[in-house]
Amino acid sequence: MSTFASFKSLARAMFLGFSRDRGALFFTILFPLMFLAIFGGVFGHQTTSKVKVLEVGRAAVLDQAVAHDSGGLGKVMKVTRASDRAAALRKVEKGDADAVVEQRGGELVVHYSAADQVKAGTVRGLMDSLVQSANQAASGKPPAYKLATQQVEDDSLKAIQFFTPSLLGWALASAGVFGASQTLVTWRTKGILRRLQLSPAPIPTVFAARVAVSLAVALAQFALFVLVAQLPMFGLRLGHAWWMAVPMVMAGVLAFLSIGMVIGAWAKTQETAQAVTQLIVLPMAFLGGSFFPLDAAPSWMKALSYIFPLRYLNEGMLNVMGRGLGPASALPQIGVLLGVAVVGALIATRLFRWDAA
Amino acid sequence: MTQTIEVAGLRKRYGDVQAVDGVTFAVEEGEFFGILGPNGAGKTTTLEIVEGLREADEGEVSVLGRSPWPRNPGLLSRVGVQLQASSFFERLTAREQLQTFGSLYGVPAAKADTMLEAVGLADKADVRVEKLSGGQAQRLSIACALVHDPELVFLDEPTAALDPQARRNLWDILREINTEGRTIVLTTHHMDEAEVLCDRVAIMDAGRVLRLGPPAVLVRGLDAPARISVASGVLGLEDARLLPGADGADDDGVSLTISTRDPSAVVAAMAGRDALDGVQIRGATLEDVFLDLTGREFRP
Repeated sequence: MSTFASFKSLARAMFLGFSRDRGALFFTILFPLMFLAIFGGVFGHQTTSKVKVLEVGRAAVLDQAVAHDSGGLGKVMKVTRASDRAAALRKVEKGDADAVVEQRGGELVVHYSAADQVKAGTVRGLMDSLVQSANQAASGKPPAYKLATQQVEDDSLKAIQFFTPSLLGWALASAGVFGASQTLVTWRTKGILRRLQLSPAPIPTVFAARVAVSLAVALAQFALFVLVAQLPMFGLRLGHAWWMAVPMVMAGVLAFLSIGMVIGAWAKTQETAQAVTQLIVLPMAFLGGSFFPLDAAPSWMKALSYIFPLRYLNEGMLNVMGRGLGPASALPQIGVLLGVAVVGALIATRLFRWDAA
Repeated sequence: MTQTIEVAGLRKRYGDVQAVDGVTFAVEEGEFFGILGPNGAGKTTTLEIVEGLREADEGEVSVLGRSPWPRNPGLLSRVGVQLQASSFFERLTAREQLQTFGSLYGVPAAKADTMLEAVGLADKADVRVEKLSGGQAQRLSIACALVHDPELVFLDEPTAALDPQARRNLWDILREINTEGRTIVLTTHHMDEAEVLCDRVAIMDAGRVLRLGPPAVLVRGLDAPARISVASGVLGLEDARLLPGADGADDDGVSLTISTRDPSAVVAAMAGRDALDGVQIRGATLEDVFLDLTGREFRP
């Protein structure tokens, strides 16, 4: 009898079983893609809303600045004329406008609300610079100093660059852990493990088939994620060593499968397995940096993140896909994940039971 | 006769429970052998040891001349097993199910349709297992056990939870499998099923084999009276007690039951009085044997 034929046919059976499971398809494929669309959409085009300024009477300094604006000012500020001063001030109080501006002779008066500190600061800064440049223009001399600003990140490091690998990491983790734990518990409770034990097929073949199906599903998830993220509306730009994400993904899948195997070998019922899987995957997704970048996280959270295998998968994928680093930048993470896979597999083997009794 | 299975002095303990306590029996080639007993009698454990799922604490087991423990793939390919639960892969059709199990034994995929035909499920080939009725699922699981043409087949309570129609339907299939020359070992807690199907039965209780033999011989060995019953009022109770050959009579208001060791004499006398309206004659059954052996009613 050919071991390979058994392997192929078992893999086919498992794949059919998976592809006909609408719930699993939704949660492993569609659900994470929805998150990608939402996160990519919301944070991808992040712009600060304009400062709304009400002009009472004629404020010459403001009018001149707006008249000579080459576009920069219009992007951050919207000026509206208001005839009723009291009504305008009330609007600022209520937060419908950010500031009221009036000119009294040589004095530009700005009324702002302390409720929104950021907007208030922006408005004061803006008006201050308008007054400065008006003063400078009045002096008739060219400015002695100029300010030039530059962003530290590459222009391309937009939100989608971060969310594609990290949400994919979450999708892979939940598919891997769920897939393995559910399969193991279901097979044991339904007696399929027994049935397999009573067939002459080598047991490693059975498990190899399950791993192969998980790897195939993971690669499909990867391809779909990258394709969707590259749509013009999201605009992912892959780093030159993006192909390194493929071995990265596979190492991640092995690690999560082995964690799922531990849960599946330990849990007695499907419900337990499901609950424990959620308890592990969700915190891991949050603290492993799937939903927000860890760079901005508090230091205790950063330290904690090192215990989650997902952190390494996210980091490795982010390096080669999002940050455009070289292929070697994912190697340490691949190593860690393979280590997790081996340790998990050893524990699962110790806990493994053939039957529910 | 070749012995397909030989079991001697089998013992297995789980914690404080002595599940199997010195079981000895042999199954001959081509035989339909039944292991009978209530739940917890030790039948399933015995079967699991013989199949090679568990290691015995003590005793000898030989299946087709080999030891089933440790796992022996060469032996497993000659044995078919149908487990108590319908152990199917999820969301596969009946045909895919058979193809998958077949592939574990190196059986070509085309065999699946032959097997579906054999168990009368040809029209359900493309139906997913979740949509099959209890009887259909049970037939499919038997087809899965037979897909590689095994010499020896183990069936663990194949008719549990089936309606009477589906049970009878399944009995026909089981008889046919046995007629093809395969050895069958069946566990059941349906005494009637064992009587109908098995060449020999082992009656188990509390981890031991209480009796071993053909059902008819076990029943005859009981020397239990036959029971003849007619509708109440057809015959007076006193008249009935005085019939030639009658050991006793009882009337529960619905039917009059006469117990006798000479049913032909009683029936002849009743015929003479034209009192055979709705007559039923019941001999002793395996349930009576069980009652006699254990002193308690048989309750599965």
